[in-house]
Amino acid sequence: MKSLAFTVAAGCLSAGLALAETPILTVYAPDYFVSEWGPGPRIEELFEARCDCDLQFKPGDLLPRILLEGDRTEADVVIGLNTDVTKKARDSGLFAEHGVDLSPLTLPIDWTDEVFLPFNYGHTAFVYDSTRVDAPPASFDALLEAPDDLRLVIQDPRTSISGLALVLWVQSVYGDKAQDAWEKLAPKIVTVTKGWSESYGLFTDGEADMVLSYTTSPAYHIIAEEDETKKAAIFPEGHYFMVELAARLSTSDQPELAGEFMEFILSEDFQSMIATGNWSIPAALDSAKWPEGFQKLDLPEKVLFYSEDEAADLRGEAIEAWRRALSQ
Amino acid sequence: MAPRALAITAALALAALTLGPVGVVLARAGGFGALGPGDWQALRFTLWQAFLSASVSVVLAVPVAKALARRRFVGRGLLVTLLGAPFILPVIVAVMGLIAVFGQAGLVNRLLGALGGPNLDIYGLHGVVLAHVFFNLPLAVRMLFSAWAAVPAEHFRLAASLGLSPRAQWRVIDAPLILRVLPGAFTVIFVICLTSFAVALTLGGGPRATTVELAIYQAMRFDFDLGRAAALAVMQLVLALAAGLVALRVAGQAGFGAGRDRILSRWDGQGALARGWDAAWIVAAALFLLVPLAAVVLRGLPGLFLITPDTLRAAGHSLMVALGSTALCMAWALPLSTRRGELLALPAIAISPLVLGAGLFLILRNFVNPFDMALPVTGLVNALMALPFALRILRPEAEAVTRDYGRLRASLRMTSLAWLRLVWLPRLRRPMGFAAGLTAALAMGDLGVIALFADPDRATLPLQVYRLMGSYQMEAAAGAALLLLFTSLGLFWLFDRGGRLGAET
Repeated sequence: MKSLAFTVAAGCLSAGLALAETPILTVYAPDYFVSEWGPGPRIEELFEARCDCDLQFKPGDLLPRILLEGDRTEADVVIGLNTDVTKKARDSGLFAEHGVDLSPLTLPIDWTDEVFLPFNYGHTAFVYDSTRVDAPPASFDALLEAPDDLRLVIQDPRTSISGLALVLWVQSVYGDKAQDAWEKLAPKIVTVTKGWSESYGLFTDGEADMVLSYTTSPAYHIIAEEDETKKAAIFPEGHYFMVELAARLSTSDQPELAGEFMEFILSEDFQSMIATGNWSIPAALDSAKWPEGFQKLDLPEKVLFYSEDEAADLRGEAIEAWRRALSQ
Repeated sequence: MAPRALAITAALALAALTLGPVGVVLARAGGFGALGPGDWQALRFTLWQAFLSASVSVVLAVPVAKALARRRFVGRGLLVTLLGAPFILPVIVAVMGLIAVFGQAGLVNRLLGALGGPNLDIYGLHGVVLAHVFFNLPLAVRMLFSAWAAVPAEHFRLAASLGLSPRAQWRVIDAPLILRVLPGAFTVIFVICLTSFAVALTLGGGPRATTVELAIYQAMRFDFDLGRAAALAVMQLVLALAAGLVALRVAGQAGFGAGRDRILSRWDGQGALARGWDAAWIVAAALFLLVPLAAVVLRGLPGLFLITPDTLRAAGHSLMVALGSTALCMAWALPLSTRRGELLALPAIAISPLVLGAGLFLILRNFVNPFDMALPVTGLVNALMALPFALRILRPEAEAVTRDYGRLRASLRMTSLAWLRLVWLPRLRRPMGFAAGLTAALAMGDLGVIALFADPDRATLPLQVYRLMGSYQMEAAAGAALLLLFTSLGLFWLFDRGGRLGAET
């Protein structure tokens, strides 16, 4: 008990000291964000150069943690949310309007949200290795009709954001026929993993021919490994749009800094770093300014997207269609 | 009575930690949430796969442990240590190793393909069971092996001088021993498999292999339905307790009594047939357990050159957590090593780490900043989760010591302290070494609760593996995973060896 009391006292003391020195901006971010390979360290460097503050990333669960903490959260800003959780986040009333001018956005869809600010995007896509797959399916229909020895690995929509995006993708392409589509896909699906990392690991190990990933995945291989054999199969039916968002907390004790950070997100400094930092397409940068590897990407012409209300309505049905078809 | 007070304190701390967090989550949710239709299917699947996995593990463990216990060969000690490795491997690493061997493009299929054989499909219920046996067979083998090693040498000597036939020796020594150890081993493995999630999903091939823990994950992290998460977590606890009660009922009690600690010699099983039989089991188990491990090593070797200071720092944190957990767990386990204590601890394996983490988070933030507590909390939780294993290993031996030497203690009027120092602790050194090694290795590889408490500067090694994978650094991740394997195994070996030092078993 003594050591606990000591920890508390020391914690208060150091917090007090820090307050007197430089203001701290606390940003919750996903795990992959803050590793030395993610964009976190670069963002911290760039922002601290302009803010005279101490930006501290707290990695881990985003929304579950904030909802647990409620209005006592110490987060000033959250970065790395997805549209699938924005409804729940908005309903919590814990988030404030970002107040950023949205005109610089270069998203393929119209974005007018006043709370959640996009910083990068991509699309769901099946990524394949062109040395292993000679004739990749040219459409979603062709994927369904592909021979059953084409091996796919996907993520579980109940535990993974990309897995959820996939069932919404199938839902938006096939509507009422979603379950039939899943039944055709089922024999080709080698397995379903908890998250994206495991799936992608299985794919790079050669366990599957195609993996559910993003249209931007090949950019990593092109730029970091000079490997142009990984490609995303582009389907004319369209691809589901996946955007990553930032938001500020209404309970923040650093509202000005938080505001500055939100502005910083759409600045060219941030936007020109995010492509190779987070391996996604910048949300507010002209394609001419993208890194060369991104300009080589095959991108879909048609983009599919459900608003958060539509997605919330369809989600249960879409997951059930998946579950029923794959459980048979 | 000081020891009694200690036992009560340990028991209260245990009960508070198993029930408190679930209670807090429940209070926060305002009551249990309704279960969905999929949840009942998940419950059925969970029970069935856990039953199959535990059964196969313990049945296969009997011939393997018997063979290892009665044969002497070069490298036996090393083999026994290595055979324990799968149990302490981080899940994500182990799955990759298994798939490298049994997967579509794995070693077995390539061999079969070269021989013109059929293509083996690992994904399905059999894949789940295969993986769980891979993880847990070592545990069952070690439990049985230790029990055989603890049989006083006099018994084998007597059996030999009486000229007991193999069948008679089986009836007199082996069968009672197996009946005494197996129910406990079965229960522990059954309860471990109850909470399986990522392994079951990946090797089960899809939503057919949905377990209760996956439903908890979904409720907790995705739907933020705390009530449903709490309901599912309580369901898991009840199942674990029920399994424990059944096992306690079934398990035979009497051990083999005390001997004079002679060096163990065996006279049985010298025929060619018996030798061949034992050799076949040892080789089969070694291949099954070590080839996937070798695959992990091979995958990781190039990645070793990509290990960065960040990864090393993470390894340092994990090491600290592991050592802290081990000390705590041993201090916790010794006063609790009784029948009741073991039953009380069993649910700790079945607690969902997600619910436990959320509950602790809700409690702690009233006093401290949870982020500052990332490593201590991880250490505490791991000590808690390892407690049931430690007790399973310690309890039978501790009771046997009390039974066998209690009269000596009474006749010498030993003080509690002298008893502990001169008899109890020295006699428990071997199981304690094993239990401490297991705790350290488990804590090293755990990813459980860190997600809620994560701190950028205090990542643990398993978390670092995950972060690297999430940033496309598959090769670096494989290297970090290999580092994790080495450190876990190294810790396990140090403790286990320390416990066995000077003991010819």
